[in-house]
Amino acid sequence: MNFAPETSIDIASAVNRATAPSAEPKLKVDKLNFYYGDNHALKNINFEIPEKRVTAMIGPSGCGKSTLLRIFNRMYQLYPGQRAEGNIWFDGVDLLGKDLDSTVVRSRIGMVFQKPTPFPMSIYDNIAFGVKLHESLNKAQMDERVEWCLRKAAIWDETKDRLHTSALGMSGGQQQRLCIARTIAVRPEVILLDEPTSALDPISTSKIEDLIDELKQEFTIVIVTHNMQQAARCADITSFFYLGELIEVAASNEIFTNPREARTRDYITGRFG
Amino acid sequence: MTEHIVSSFDSDLKDLSRRVVEMGGQAERLVADSVMALVKRDTELAQKVIVLDGPIDLLQREIEEKAILTIARRQPLAIDLREIVAAMRIANDIERIGDLAKNTAKRVLALTGEFHPQKLVRGVEHMSGMVLEQLKSVLDSYASRDDARALEVWKRDGEVDILYTSLFRELLTYMMEDPRNISLCTHLLFCAKNIERIGDHATNIAETVHYLSTGQLLADERPKQDTSSLTTVPFPA
Repeated sequence: MNFAPETSIDIASAVNRATAPSAEPKLKVDKLNFYYGDNHALKNINFEIPEKRVTAMIGPSGCGKSTLLRIFNRMYQLYPGQRAEGNIWFDGVDLLGKDLDSTVVRSRIGMVFQKPTPFPMSIYDNIAFGVKLHESLNKAQMDERVEWCLRKAAIWDETKDRLHTSALGMSGGQQQRLCIARTIAVRPEVILLDEPTSALDPISTSKIEDLIDELKQEFTIVIVTHNMQQAARCADITSFFYLGELIEVAASNEIFTNPREARTRDYITGRFG
Repeated sequence: MTEHIVSSFDSDLKDLSRRVVEMGGQAERLVADSVMALVKRDTELAQKVIVLDGPIDLLQREIEEKAILTIARRQPLAIDLREIVAAMRIANDIERIGDLAKNTAKRVLALTGEFHPQKLVRGVEHMSGMVLEQLKSVLDSYASRDDARALEVWKRDGEVDILYTSLFRELLTYMMEDPRNISLCTHLLFCAKNIERIGDHATNIAETVHYLSTGQLLADERPKQDTSSLTTVPFPA
């Protein structure tokens, strides 16, 4: 089944139902098609991501959700043979545009991965490294920035006395929160989270979920997750992808109690054959 | 609908639903028997009703425990979540229906040896026929997940209310006619109220069946036509 634009899902109304007065789209995906060589991985995706809200993307492995997340971050450009068609509008700029500077895009659209990826350096330098690429701060300003983002990522109390020790000595949950702090450090507008808690224990997971709740006051968040309850808890809007198609987008309240599409229902209730 | 990948989840849900249907059948019999005991002045049957309310209460507790466990184990969503919520809610309504039937049966025992003209009981018997029909319909609508049938029950409850209000007036009139009727008529009024409430629980169940099959809550206010609380009957001059 293909979604022609005119028959595509009524995203605007789902967004309006889920979110209070102003929820302008921060990212607008327009007729996006994506190919890994001959493999047509995303098929005519039309999709809006509202500003300062949490949007979850769910679906079975290989459905294209992580691919879409990586396109937002222009990560596909690193690989030959990967090709995107269509547009992704981000504040009036097409993210798929050829002459866009990927480093600038990535400072405005940050990404956190499934497994924590701290650099093999001190906690302090993990954060300062990215900031130095974009801004020239003096020592005091950098100290302030490091503290600011570690506080935002709810990990300041655990790290303030060991800022200059290796980040690799931290627990998995701490490392993941450090990665979130590192992402926030360059003051992005959008944060992409690719299964950020799948390698963490329930306590670390709760801390990250609590953090997501905090961060959406200031940032637009997109999260890919295989944990339905996590999407139901954290996300304002949930989208379901299957075999490269966007099947349904709705307020999380609706999608987890009364999805409209049979395929969504079958997936979230564990009936997929 | 396709089955769950985890087949034991299917059997959990089926088991829950089966118990609710079983509980409904028991409550239906209890209501019918309590009215029969009242009409026939059958104290033995009344005793039986009182005793048989116990198993219904037990089933309600079992359903609740099973539902809580299933929520904890499976973290149900969408239709599965609605199935479990529906089972818990309907079990609560049925448990209350059992209690109301039991209360009617207790009144039959209290009336032993009282002056008991049969015509006084007719109205209650007629009303209970209508409510039993409603109860049967709504339990069938649950068993077959039939939203249309549930909505019919929901809309028809107004007729029960109208009947109850007129029965209220009738019983007041009997009391004025002959003070010997007072004791019986007072008990009958409570029995009529019990039956009217059973009708209300049937409409609650109808609302739950609607939610279960559509995912929507019934937003409209149900038309209430029980005006007995505003009713007075002047003493004949």
